[in-house]
Amino acid sequence: MGGETPFFKLENLTKHLGGAQIWCKDVSAINGDAHKAYHATVNALICKESGKRYIAGDTGAGMFGKNLAMAAKKMNLKCKIFMGTKDISRQAPNVKFMHDAGAEVVPVDSGSKTLVDAVSECMRHYVSNCDNTHLAVGSAIGCNIFLKICAWSTSQISRELKKQLIKEFGEIPKLKLINVIGGGSSALGFWNEFIDFDKKHVELIGVEAKYAAPLSTNAKVAILHGAAQYCLTDKEGQIAETHSLSAGLDYPGSSPLHGLLKDSGRARYTNASDKEALAAFKLITKLEDIRPSLEPAHAWSECIRLAPKLKKNDVLVVNNCGKGYKDKKIFIEQLGYYPK
Amino acid sequence: MKNSIKNAFKIAKKENRPAFISYTVCGDNTKDKSLQILNSISNDLDIAEWGIPHNCPTADGKDIQNSSYRALQNGIKLNDIFNLVKKFKKTKPSKPIILMGYYQIIFNYGERKFIQKCKASGVDGLIVVDLSFPDNKNFAKLCKKNSICFIQLIAPTTTIKRMKEIIKSSHEMIYMISTISTTGSALKYSIKRIIKNYNVIKKIKPSKNVVIGFGITEKTISSLRSADGLVVGSAICREITRSLKHRQNPVTNVSKLVRKLRNKII
Repeated sequence: MGGETPFFKLENLTKHLGGAQIWCKDVSAINGDAHKAYHATVNALICKESGKRYIAGDTGAGMFGKNLAMAAKKMNLKCKIFMGTKDISRQAPNVKFMHDAGAEVVPVDSGSKTLVDAVSECMRHYVSNCDNTHLAVGSAIGCNIFLKICAWSTSQISRELKKQLIKEFGEIPKLKLINVIGGGSSALGFWNEFIDFDKKHVELIGVEAKYAAPLSTNAKVAILHGAAQYCLTDKEGQIAETHSLSAGLDYPGSSPLHGLLKDSGRARYTNASDKEALAAFKLITKLEDIRPSLEPAHAWSECIRLAPKLKKNDVLVVNNCGKGYKDKKIFIEQLGYYPK
Repeated sequence: MKNSIKNAFKIAKKENRPAFISYTVCGDNTKDKSLQILNSISNDLDIAEWGIPHNCPTADGKDIQNSSYRALQNGIKLNDIFNLVKKFKKTKPSKPIILMGYYQIIFNYGERKFIQKCKASGVDGLIVVDLSFPDNKNFAKLCKKNSICFIQLIAPTTTIKRMKEIIKSSHEMIYMISTISTTGSALKYSIKRIIKNYNVIKKIKPSKNVVIGFGITEKTISSLRSADGLVVGSAICREITRSLKHRQNPVTNVSKLVRKLRNKII
């Protein structure tokens, strides 16, 4: 998968904001362009090991779909990716990739035509084909075992980061780990090794999309896709529609593991709007060489908000969990350009 | 009326036929229409099953999804469903009615309040498709305390060990899912295999009433008539969709279909 993903200081951004040191764990440098590579590979391995020939997964931003398609191709598995029709049109580069890798992309046109419906449809497919198909749930959501498969796969990120921190600082310094939250798979991987630390030592900050923010807007616990979780619903308990420019965050629920971290006070959750994420992308790409996708741009937005309020020896680490090219069209529409 | 589900099976057995159970979505396509449909078919049914629409129905295929969508679009709420059950029971006090739904809607309403409302409006049984055993133990107990039959599900993938546990904690009726699928797809298993699975359950506890559902249509219903009961859902929902599309009256079309289905098993 290309080995350890890089960890480096963003000197220009740090200087520009004039507060905390800002570091980047650039997970987008992985082969596959996002943390979903870990999770997709592990799912394909499980599928192979269990003797099943078919693998089915859901995807919103297309990062999981793309990585699952690649892993399936490598391991000679037949792959079906379920994706909302709204997401198929806004994440076209990833859809093309899936097709090229030989996966079948199944368009889901029900409900909001986004991730939530893709997950439902994928689960229906699995229920009807569980004798020969492995279900690869695209995030740390769904029934117990699926979120474990996901969160344990992505935890490679924090295993690397721990070593990299010790190499840079000689110890684990006082930290704030900032991560975007859709379903919550990248954050759980980014935080896993640090959950046992005191929160005064390592603070965990999750950033949701403003109109898809069950954890940071006091949504109620609801049952969705086989698990109790914080989830946006209406008064009758029906699952609410969400709105985000970012397909990967356009999901009403959240990982039950994040619910646990919220309830125990171990992590805190906030959110950023489309506008704030775009502004963050603009600033980051002006000052630095990284090109985050819309999803981590939300985490960068919180970093930009927070850094000036902190001191020089405070360390902020942001998980840059996805490459921006998949959102090129959206950035051009919204900002008028896509940086080189 | 306490044992009306049990009675329904008794009557069917006496007549040497399976109990016939329909499934429609409450509020499809409107509140009034769904009650009219149920009233018009109720004489041909042994047990009526009404779905509580949910907008994330992961166990349902296209037909029931469409029905649920229509019902929600027309504004059905849980309290409306209780009122409609009450109205139905007023005209058909001895006809057992089962509500089928997803746990989220019950959880959101509150388990106790939900069961109390069921009891007050005359609901005889409950199927909660995504509250599986053993997570449903407490809820099932609460149902029993309030004289409501909680209907456990057994899937084709359920192991014998688990089956025994489920049957042990089940009430008077058990729902066997015919084949690995969501509601309304074509049967993946042969009739022979389905009957074999059914017999495995019956052998463990012959006194339990086991009904078979999922994928039962005009074509397959008669070959499964040795079961204690048969549920037809998607085929009826599909007829409602078809009727609406052709601007025909779903009430008369559904009654015709249900009569046909019933005639195949008597």
